Amino acid sequence: MESLTYRDALRRALDEAMAEDEDIVVIGEEVGRYGGAYGVTKDLIKTYGPERLIDTPISEPAIVGVAVGAAMTGLRPVAELMYVDFLGMSMDQLANQAAKIRYMFGGQIGVPMVLRTQGGTGRSAGAQHSQSLEAWVMHTPGLRLAMPATVADAYHLLRHSLTMPDPVVFIEHKSLYAQKEDVDLDAPVPPWGKAAIRREGNDLVIVTYSRQARFAMAAAERLAQDGIEATVIDLRTLNPLDIDTVRQEVERVGKAMVVSEGAMTAGVAAELASRISEECFDFLEQPVVRVAGEDVPIAVSPGLEAASVPGVELIRSVGERLARW
Amino acid sequence: MTDTSEMAAKPAVNGSDRRRHNSVLLDLYRTMRRIRSFEERVGELFVRGQTAGSMLHLSIGEEAAAAGVCSTMEPRDTFTTHHRGHGIFLARGADPKRMMAEIAGKMDGYCHGKGGSMHIADMQLGHLGANAIVGGGIAAVVGAGLSSKRKRRGSVSVAFFGDGAMQQGILYESMNMAALWDLPVVFVCVNNQYGMGTRVDQATRAPNFHERALVLGLNGRTVDGLDVEAVRDEASTIVDAARGGHPGFLAVSCYRFFGHARMDKSPYRSEEEEIEGRKKDPVKFARERLLAERLAKAKMLDVLDEAIGKEMDETIDFAVSAALPPATSMFRDVYAVGEPEPEPVRARIDRVLARE
Repeated sequence: MESLTYRDALRRALDEAMAEDEDIVVIGEEVGRYGGAYGVTKDLIKTYGPERLIDTPISEPAIVGVAVGAAMTGLRPVAELMYVDFLGMSMDQLANQAAKIRYMFGGQIGVPMVLRTQGGTGRSAGAQHSQSLEAWVMHTPGLRLAMPATVADAYHLLRHSLTMPDPVVFIEHKSLYAQKEDVDLDAPVPPWGKAAIRREGNDLVIVTYSRQARFAMAAAERLAQDGIEATVIDLRTLNPLDIDTVRQEVERVGKAMVVSEGAMTAGVAAELASRISEECFDFLEQPVVRVAGEDVPIAVSPGLEAASVPGVELIRSVGERLARW
Repeated sequence: MTDTSEMAAKPAVNGSDRRRHNSVLLDLYRTMRRIRSFEERVGELFVRGQTAGSMLHLSIGEEAAAAGVCSTMEPRDTFTTHHRGHGIFLARGADPKRMMAEIAGKMDGYCHGKGGSMHIADMQLGHLGANAIVGGGIAAVVGAGLSSKRKRRGSVSVAFFGDGAMQQGILYESMNMAALWDLPVVFVCVNNQYGMGTRVDQATRAPNFHERALVLGLNGRTVDGLDVEAVRDEASTIVDAARGGHPGFLAVSCYRFFGHARMDKSPYRSEEEEIEGRKKDPVKFARERLLAERLAKAKMLDVLDEAIGKEMDETIDFAVSAALPPATSMFRDVYAVGEPEPEPVRARIDRVLARE
């Protein structure tokens, strides 16, 4: 066991992968000399040099586009978008190029790149630096999508992403970088694409991912104090989506809520709720409830910001109402 | 099978520079003639209702850009093209039958009917893909240049695009990075004067495109696309410099003979303008030069043209008789081989509604 932060785990994953695979290059704004806006690539340039930690001008479309071309010609690039919000700049290269190249070209070639970025609220970063845009990615066939909640997953999912044959969008949560956990990185982890059941209970199932998985765990602990036992499923990856684990648990328990930080309408929570409703209809005792971000831009004022996304207390109270129904 | 791709491609033997020159022009003419004939057959396939859709953009009038630039590239070089890229791919050695089959959406096409005219690609020939997003394929060559430099391949990567892409931001991001990192990359603007129905002067106050590249630290030239030898000469300088780590840009001026796509009757320009524009015919120009300089005899060129015509006729037969892709192929190649295929909607509905 060792004590590691989410940031340390990501950095270690990159460091080890780069040591093993000379084709891995990191391309992005401030990834080299600066060490990454959130410090994930700190000092990697000292080990691997500026040829592999490639600082770019502020050109988000081209950062992703360059990674696409590099991935098609023998490198395994890690493109970094400093904020997931910058997908608005880069979406053509991601959705029209990276995601579709294998398919459009009849399977001739894939795009084995990782787009590392971070999203979510928690730093009063405002409407253009706080979004949860995973639905954009999940809605695009051809893209894999990983969203780690734990320190161990930050490490393992990134290591795995760097072996994938297809483009992986890897969205970290900006509020988790300093989270520290005691982890044994050699301990077995669920395989890629498999959800983790973080907690098991018989009263309701909470299906979630990324930081909300931690909120859900905290909420479940509080519920347990009131005698309500929740199952918490951390999806870990949204593509692939492990609907089998979700189905098994919901069929066993009969009540489910989904929790996502993204805006509610047409979001990831909507997709999950819809799948559960279809797949588990005969087992559901109640409607599947979506606990998601408000359909508003994220405000900078801390109170407004926090209130616009699910928190521990909201998850707990919804869990209680579901369980007591 | 008629294959004219090697005809007239014989290198000059024990000859003077003059003889080598003869051979080059004849070779360029042959490439351009093959492009022209192929594009005419694409139009024909459309009229016969055998193409997959009408999103077909012919490069007639632009042959010198394709033939001239591609003649300076090496087999190891890579490239991306745009929606009007048939000619470039042919000039890089594509099999016109497989191209036509792809345009018809057939299984024997380069992309098994999934890409079509605007997304044709072939990794064997270094074709990293045609693109239907204006400017969409430009940044990829910077990535390919990065790979080439890191792996010391000595290869150059060339982005081909139209004048429409000159107003897209990603071009400047890409040129800037290529210059900043000294990459073996070339940007080629095939300036056919029109982005769909918008003429160049309706799109910019700065039509001297190469100046934009110079500002960013690339080599930059503009050349008249009427004269394929001039295009080749300029491209040669630009491509050679790029191979040495100094990226470049080349604008080739030409005229788009026909409408934007097959359904476009060009209501935005006058017949007089078109008649004038079509006088700028690089195929005719090269032929006349071959004859005027006694580099070829008319009869020999007639024979060559006829053989090419026959070769291209066969592409239509090939495409028409080729098999359509099976329905199950729809779910293939979304992800890599070995990864689970997406569950078909119909299968999922059946599964959901079959529950007791």
